[in-house]
This record gives sequence, C-alpha cells and structure tokens, in this order.
Amino acid sequence: MDDIFSVLVLTLDATLRVATPLILAAMAGLFSERSGIIDISLEGKMLGAAFISACTAAVTGSAWLALMAGIGVSVALALLHGLACITYRGNHVVSAVAINILVAGLTVVLGIAWFERGGTTPALPSEARFMPIEWPLAEIIGQLPVLGTLYKELLSGHNLLVYVALLLVPLSWWVIYRSRFGLRLRAVGENPQAVDTAGISVAFLRYRAVIICGVLCGIAGTYIAIAQNAGFTRDMTAGQGYIALAAMIFGKWRPAPALLACLMFGLLDALAIRMQGVPVPVIGEVPVPLIQALPYILTVILLAGFIGKAVAPKAIGEPYLKER
Amino acid sequence: MTDIESAANRTTEKKTLPVAIELRGISKSFGSVHANQDIDLCVHKSAIHGIIGENGAGKSTLMSIIYGFYEADRGEILVNGQSVRLHNSQDAIAAGIGMVHQHFMLVDTFTVLENVILGAESGGLLNQSLNHAREELTRLEREYNLKVDLDALVSDLPVGEQQRVEILKALYRGAEILILDEPTGVLTPQETDQLFEILKTLKTQGVTVLLITHKLREIMDITDEVSVMRGGRMVAHRLTQETDKETLAELMVGRKVRLELNQKPATPGNVLLKAENLTVVDDKGVTRVKGFNMELKAGEIIGIAGVSGNGQSELLQALACIQPLSQGSLQIHQHSVTPESPCNPAKARELGLGHIPEDRHQLGMVTRFSAAESSILGFHRNESINGSLLMHNSKVEKHCEALMEQFDVRPPHPQLKSANFSGGNQQKLIIAREMTQNPRILLVGQPTRGVDIGAIEFIHRQLIEMRDQGCAVLVVSVELDEIMSLSDRILVMCEGSLVGEVAGKDADERTLGLMMAGTPLDKARSGSGPGSPQQKTINERPAHQILSPETSG
Repeated sequence: MDDIFSVLVLTLDATLRVATPLILAAMAGLFSERSGIIDISLEGKMLGAAFISACTAAVTGSAWLALMAGIGVSVALALLHGLACITYRGNHVVSAVAINILVAGLTVVLGIAWFERGGTTPALPSEARFMPIEWPLAEIIGQLPVLGTLYKELLSGHNLLVYVALLLVPLSWWVIYRSRFGLRLRAVGENPQAVDTAGISVAFLRYRAVIICGVLCGIAGTYIAIAQNAGFTRDMTAGQGYIALAAMIFGKWRPAPALLACLMFGLLDALAIRMQGVPVPVIGEVPVPLIQALPYILTVILLAGFIGKAVAPKAIGEPYLKER
Repeated sequence: MTDIESAANRTTEKKTLPVAIELRGISKSFGSVHANQDIDLCVHKSAIHGIIGENGAGKSTLMSIIYGFYEADRGEILVNGQSVRLHNSQDAIAAGIGMVHQHFMLVDTFTVLENVILGAESGGLLNQSLNHAREELTRLEREYNLKVDLDALVSDLPVGEQQRVEILKALYRGAEILILDEPTGVLTPQETDQLFEILKTLKTQGVTVLLITHKLREIMDITDEVSVMRGGRMVAHRLTQETDKETLAELMVGRKVRLELNQKPATPGNVLLKAENLTVVDDKGVTRVKGFNMELKAGEIIGIAGVSGNGQSELLQALACIQPLSQGSLQIHQHSVTPESPCNPAKARELGLGHIPEDRHQLGMVTRFSAAESSILGFHRNESINGSLLMHNSKVEKHCEALMEQFDVRPPHPQLKSANFSGGNQQKLIIAREMTQNPRILLVGQPTRGVDIGAIEFIHRQLIEMRDQGCAVLVVSVELDEIMSLSDRILVMCEGSLVGEVAGKDADERTLGLMMAGTPLDKARSGSGPGSPQQKTINERPAHQILSPETSG
C-alpha cells in the first residue's frame, strides 16, 4: 500500500517536472494567439533559448545570466515573428515555420562552431543550473505519513522555474480577465477594427503580446537546458512546443484548462518513463517506442474528436489592414 | 461656440445657431480616385444634419475623415469653432466626436459593458472600470432613454440593440457630435422608428447628429438640415423644411447635358423577356423587388431608372437568373422560370441571354486572370476553344485578340492581367465578350460606371447597334442622362416597385425625378409646376417648395 502511494507521488512529482516547459509555453502561446497571432514557433523560441542559456551558463557559470540570455534570444525571435506578421502582414504559419527551421539549424551549427562537441554544450556544474529548492523543514515534516510525503516529495524539492510556471497560470488568468491590457488583448484577437476605432493601436498591442510570448518561451527553453538537464543537446525540445500548442487548444485558449491539459501530457510522459521495462498484465512488456509515442498518439486522438468545439479567437491569423 | 458669426455666415441661412463642426475644403484621394473634393460643410449644434448621396458619392470617406480614421490630403476641420487635427480615432474621440459605423465595431464575445469600456477604461484594473461604467451607463440610459442589458453578450443581442450599444459607447466617451453611417440599412422598420426616437431624444439633450444615408425618406423624416453629395463633391445644402424628396433626388443623381446619339426610332418585334409579378427576397428576408411586370421586345432598349438601392440591382440579377425568384415568373424566349423551376446563368446563356453585370470586379471578370481568360468566362465550355481534354490556350488568346481589335480594348495584350486594364477597357472587354456571342437578349448594368468619356460614347453606340440588329436590350443605370439618351422606354423603380413607364423621347428629368421618389406618372406630370396646388396635396408639404433647377458646383 505504502509502496503504491509512494510510486504515485513520485509519478506526480515527475509529471510536474515534465509539464513545466509545457505550461510555460502554453501560457506563451495563449498570449500570442489571444491577440490574433498564430504561433507555432513556440518550439523554435524554446530551442533557441535553451541553446543560448546553456552556452551562457557554460561560459559565465551563472544560471541567472543564462536565464536573461535565454529570454533575450526568445524575445528577439518573437519580435522577428511579430515583424513578419504584424508590420509586414505576412502569413503567420510560414513565418513561424521559418523560425523553427532557422533555429533548429542554427543551434547545431553554432554549437559545433563554438564548443566542437557535435552540437552539444559542455555539461554544466550545479552552480550554473537552477537546482531543486528544499522547502523548510522538509526532512522533519517528511516523517509524517501521507501529508508529510506529499510535502516533501511533491511540493518541495523542485527548482525555482517549476514554481514560476505554476504561479504563472493564475497570473495569466488575472492579466487576461481582470486587467485592462487583458480586455484589449482579447478584443484585438476577436475584432481588431473595434480596437482600432476605439483609438488603440492594434500593432502595438499585438507586439506587446508577442513579447510576453517571447519572455515565457525563453523561461521554458532555459528550464529545459539548465534546470531539467545540464546542457544543450541538438533538438532537445523534441516537439514540446507543439505539444504545448495542442494543450492550449485543448484548453480552448483559457489558462486553467490549458494547465490541466499540460499536466495530462506531463503525466503521460512520466508514465512512459516509469513503464519502460515494466511488464503490464495481459499485454506483457510494452515496447518503449510505443510508450514514448503515446502522448503524440493521444494528441491526435484528442484533437480529432474529444475536445468538443474549440472556438479560436475570431481574427486569428488575419493580418489587420484598415479598409482600402 | 466662439466663432458663431463667421460660421453662420457660411451657411445659406440667416440662422445664428452655434456651429458644432465645420469642414473647409476637405479633399482626399485614393490613388487616382478623388473620393472627396473641396468639401465644405457646416453642422449646427443640437441639430440632426443629414448627408445624402448615392453609393460611392464619398459620404463614408468624408465621415471617416471626420472620425480620424483617414487623414484628409487638404482642408481644415473645426470643432466648436476651433481648428483641430485628427490623426486617429483617439483625436476625434477627444474632440467629442463619436461614430456608429455601418458595420458595428463590437466584440461579439464580450458583454455590453466590456464593449463600452474597451479603449475608455478608467484604470489598469477592470473591476473598477466596470463598476464606474455601470454607474455612468445607468445614468446615460435613463437620460437618453436607451435600454440595453449591460451584462448580455453582444452576440446574443438583436441588431437594433447592438446599434444602441454603439451609441452608448460613443456617449460614454463624451461624444457631443454623433455620426451615424447608414444606420438603418440593417434595421427592421420598427427598429428604425426606435432609432429615430433615440436620435430625437439625443437632439433635445444637446447632441449633434450627423446622419449619413441614401434614403430620402429618412432625410425628410428626421433631419433639420441636409447636404447632398455627388461624385465626391458637396453639391447642395438645404434646410429640410424648405426642400423635398424630388429636389433632393435630382440633386443626388445630378443633371448633365443629354447626349445626342441621333438614333433611328426603334422597331420593336416579339416579346423576348417577360417578367410577371416578379418578386425577390434577399438572404436577410428583405423584399427587394415587389411584383415587377415588364415585357422586353426584340429591337428595343428599356432603361430602368431609380435612385440606387431601390431594387434595380436585384431585378437585374433576377432577370439574369443569378438571384432566385421568390414569387412570380420569368419568360426567357419561350422558356419559363418560376420559383419552383429555377434557372441558372449557364442555362440562361444557352437561351441567348447575355449579361453585362453592374459590378464588373465581382461578377464580370476575375481581376487576377489574364484578359484572355476573362474574355471567355461563361463561354469557357464552347467547343471552339476546347479540345477533348484540354483547353486550347492559343485559341483563347486569338479569340481575345479579335475582341480587343473589334472593340478597341487598349492595350491589346491578351496576356495582361485583367486588373491592369483601366475601368473603361475592362468594361469594353466584358461588353465585347457578351455582344460577340450574338445574344437575343442583353442585360446591361451600369454600362458606363467608372468609364471615361470617350469609352462612354463607344459603349452607347454599341448598345444601339445591338438594338438595331434586333436584340432586346435592358439597361439599368443610375445615370439619368444615360437612361434618357439610350432608352426607347423608361421604367422607373422606387422601393422595389415599378412606379411607371415613360417613353424615352417624352422623358424629362423632372418627371423622372418625381417618379424616382415614388410619385406616379400622371401626378408627376400634372404637378410639375412649382408651387402648384396639386403638388401640395400629393406631397403633403408646404407650397413654397422650390423645384427650380439647382445646378451643381
């Protein structure tokens, strides 16, 4: 009994760790798409941030500088996307795909050029990473049954960025539904002309949304490179940007449901890791690739029919142009 | 309110009302199109001022300039006597100008309250803005007698209420001058009455209303003063009391020198196109054409006259079998079309019906296609240009070249994109396409809209030539002089109904103008003298109305 409980807690614990970049990226996508800018370049921004943060951490040894650098690169990429979509009214998908391809190639090329390790960055010492934070009295409270285990194993012992991601969800909700900026953000994604005739700049509003998206993607990428792992390896985001986008759509462009979707994907991933080599009754041992493919298979199934009618912001993907 | 005298001097009347907004020499062009030219306008405070003109007369552009949506190329805007520069909507809002757009600027997924505060929030936090707005709006609703459920989602509201939200939005921003752009186009008659009640209340509360419309009835019903626009210019200012529908209709349509085409008299033959009790109801459920009867004979030209938007476009589309009939029947050369047995444009073509549509970019051609491709649209199934599997591009181009030569389309390059031809040459290409198929019946909408003078004459001659060859021609046009110089018979439409018929050679502008405003022919003729007693009874208006010609500026 105790054993099953602790396995459960550990699985949930892993879920949180795996879901963190998804949550950050999903919130990032939320801001961008609510303003009407389709963003499938979450992936590219995360990858770019992961690479630069790993490089910065390797060179300077400072996790905080690494975070700043990661955010900086991600915001730069977001502004590039904004320039293409907002100022030059280009196609959002094309611009985003271009960014993804650019980053995928550039990180490897620069990685090889700078570190000569076949595209990976040097392994980071723990001072250069975001390390788990033990909550006060974790050891003592951890002695208590059930609650103690929950406190010690599930709540305590994550790095700072995990908590940042969790706090970002209520914060995003508050900004989007309770602030003036949020009202305008939602309006510009639905009917930019209404915003324009109200005397608010559509472009400036969208640029701000895109910048927020860049900041959050930067944190997500940094987390992957220097908190979850100890360095950069090529293509290390492995499609998490797309999964985050899917989670956001599951959540119908709303923060709390998007969080739940991210946690679900995280749980699947954590289970996949746990189940490797474990024989399942009746089926026997499930092949590892199949388990690893599970989240993606589920994405397709859920997207195809189980999420009901997801109504996107009405003006999403449409460049704004005054009449004539 | 400081500049009362100078402002009042500019108006035709001796009134000394304060001026809310004044325009001096406003001009705006889009590329080579002069949307507004040297517009002067003076709107008195607490008045309902109508701006009337046909579609495309430049009304909406002018209003967008006043609302700061576009910037004028030249000219000056004065609000309450002070010169203002309006670079964007925010400047206009700050100057106390509010606008209710033709297509509402509302976010469907927001509540009424959220829509009202958008862009006019009182702080960074929504709750406090919402609470403040709720108080303020409750007061405004009471003051102006405007009832709207503040917590309803806009998408759940009927159109009339959405419009009230727009009005509230403007008032909440402190608008003292309210512009309404074609506000009744989407409303039911009941909603229109309610809107007019609201506007009257606004007026008594000191709000200045600028009403943009092309409907004469609305101008007569509600405005104090009216300005008429035509072709991007302001052509007249009147006090509503001292004018009437007919004068305004004439001013809107304009009077130009009648072109003399010295045509032979028509020799009508068999009836080729016959409409009986033809009725068209559009997608929105509005009846556009009501019980229209007509017989079009071989070898004659019928002109359909009317102020634009009175059902002519829908009639034309119904005759061309594009718009389905709701009631009545249509006889196209032996073939009968009814609501139960509808026809389609392809079938109509087979029956020998050619159609030169009103809007050549929407219905006449594909602007992205080459001229050669545009020159076969509708006839692309013809055997002459098709092989067993593929279309012979070279034959299409040869065909186009021949058309271009025959109809003098310039430049004569079949491969050039249709969009790159001038309006007149595009029109000539479409006319060539339709005429060279030797139709028995030819329907023509606005034959010379956006066409330069040289091409106009050419097109007119072609139409008369078709007639002389025995083709039955029907012309719909908003240009009265065009109708009069081409037509053997003129049918006048008003609000979807046929008002009457005039023989082309007997037609004069005043009679047609009266008929376009809905006066039947016999009364229009007998009551044509200024101030005659009959007219008074017909129009239920004071006898001092002036029908003397108002030449345009």
